[in-house]
Amino acid sequence: MTLLEFARGPALEAALIIFIAGASWRFVGALLLPWRLVHATPRAGAPSAPMSAIKSIFTKMWPHKPFQSAGLFTFVNGYIFHFGLAIIVLLFAPHVLFIKGLTGLSWPALPNNVVYVFGALTLASLLAALAHRLGSPVLRLISRNDDYLSWLLTFLPVLTGLLTAAHLGARYETLLAVHILSICAFLIWFPFGKLMHAVLFAFSRAMTGVRLGQRGAEI
Amino acid sequence: MTAKTTAAGVPFDAQGELTDDARQSAAMRGFVSEFGAVAAANLEACVRCGMCANACHFYVATGNPIYTPINKLQPFEQAYKRHAGPFAPIYRLFGLAPRVTLEKLEEWERLIFDACTLCGRCTLACPMGIDIAELIKKARHGMFKAGLIPDRLQLMDRTARAWGSPATPAEDFADIIHDVGEQYGVKMNVDLDKADYLLTVAPAELTDHTKALADAAKVLNRLGASWTYHTQGFEASNIGYLNGDLELQEKMTRRLIDTAVKIGAHTLVLPECGHAYGAARWEAARWYGDKLPVRIIHMTEFLQEAVENGKVRIKPINQSASFHDPCQLVRRGGVNEAPRAVMAAAKIELKELENHGALAWCCGGGGGVVSNARADPIRYQAFQLKQREVDAAGAERFITACGQCRITLDLGAKHFKWDKKVESLLEVVADNLEDEPRAPLEGPGQ
Repeated sequence: MTLLEFARGPALEAALIIFIAGASWRFVGALLLPWRLVHATPRAGAPSAPMSAIKSIFTKMWPHKPFQSAGLFTFVNGYIFHFGLAIIVLLFAPHVLFIKGLTGLSWPALPNNVVYVFGALTLASLLAALAHRLGSPVLRLISRNDDYLSWLLTFLPVLTGLLTAAHLGARYETLLAVHILSICAFLIWFPFGKLMHAVLFAFSRAMTGVRLGQRGAEI
Repeated sequence: MTAKTTAAGVPFDAQGELTDDARQSAAMRGFVSEFGAVAAANLEACVRCGMCANACHFYVATGNPIYTPINKLQPFEQAYKRHAGPFAPIYRLFGLAPRVTLEKLEEWERLIFDACTLCGRCTLACPMGIDIAELIKKARHGMFKAGLIPDRLQLMDRTARAWGSPATPAEDFADIIHDVGEQYGVKMNVDLDKADYLLTVAPAELTDHTKALADAAKVLNRLGASWTYHTQGFEASNIGYLNGDLELQEKMTRRLIDTAVKIGAHTLVLPECGHAYGAARWEAARWYGDKLPVRIIHMTEFLQEAVENGKVRIKPINQSASFHDPCQLVRRGGVNEAPRAVMAAAKIELKELENHGALAWCCGGGGGVVSNARADPIRYQAFQLKQREVDAAGAERFITACGQCRITLDLGAKHFKWDKKVESLLEVVADNLEDEPRAPLEGPGQ
């Protein structure tokens, strides 16, 4: 079995199983705890709980004015690499083909060169995020190994993907195998670290939105 | 009670004669009892972005990263991962979520109690919607169970348990009310068998701000309302709510509500106290469900109702004022418009502070911080954020609607020899009532 066959075969299958089982376990395990949300008599005219939840999910997408200057980099850079990752994963032609093979679903891809530009931008944005984390006393203090590992396992697939596309540094098959293995590592780590915020952020926002919404307070 | 320092030199207080293991276990049990799906979703969503730091008055005023709000939750979060999170058994098996040591709990006492006013500004800053203030409040529960809270707060807790109030024994309450009535020449009602309105008080009103007792009575008398103070349920500032003492919180809440029910009151009026509002208006449902047997409103909401119904008329004041928004009333309580409506009715030109409404800076003394002398240095530093904004607004008067905020701001003003007097909104209204009597108040309306 070649390295590429291993990456495409058992490694990817195992990673996907761990990803799906682990993420489901964490998701269900957290949300099956007793809810313990105190439902007070709502303020007259306060939005309903579902409305507060939905509102909160959207209003938290941009900071309130007093937090904008200090949080500008965090928000703007965050959006850059999140959008970049979404474009690379979902709109790069080989990825579209891969997803079609996996799920049967398909959609048009962006031209490769456009995706390469987004790839480079995403890489730069991730490097900037790391520099910001290392350079800020607050972030250094609150960061855990999870933060650095999650960063690395997000960075590596983008880096190896670009190297593979550019045929740089090794044989194409080897680069592709390393790229797929880096994605496997990402998928395996996803349920255990902060990457799960991709799913749980909506629940966190919604629940706080419900608590404050019934009071007629801002979120 | 003993004042000690950790090996790292961090001061902490410890109560009770527990062994180290028993203390640590008590904290963990307290933490675990608070881990529900809502706390879990919050704790699981943190990406350690640090946005909460710049929302915290203690971090902004000192520049010290330890005051980053999410950092204050470290032992609580660690306990969640080790004992309650979905992967807790795996983390324990592989040593990935270490035991929360007693020393860590002792070190974090100052961050959970001294350096957090539960103001919730960090909650508004968090892009993940993590309600950090609520989580700190939950963490206080474990710390209380472990006997790891500031001695001053523990003393207030014991006093409230014994007396029904941290300020005065319940048996002295009626005398205080009568004395205040005589002092200010206002007819007071206390311990009436039946009344439509049950008026409640905050500790400061039984000591420094006794005029507030007379002012509230004056407004209700002017309305011709049926009202009373009551010895069996008078103390609204719920020290159990601040300390993480849920048993006391329930006891204090029940005293108020059960007394209101007993005398047939349709409305329980909370005093000018932010935490009283949080404890009674929003957390009474813990014990009474979402259909409370009595309507609970803050004094500011009561004034707004009276003003907007035309039942209270205020002489035009024709001066400018800035308003300090009490966090538990406005940011955490949603009472943003009421104080502004009352000031507008008094023809006060409102000069808003740069950060106002839900986004206002905290006074720095909420959550029990003003009662905790150990926190004085950072409290004074935080006060200067407010001082600068008030000076910049340039209004003639400075008003708020929370007695604890007033005390905190007064202490800050005294410390920095600042010439601004902090006024109570209730006092401003009571001092400027139009003379003619109004029709009696009608029943509750939502």
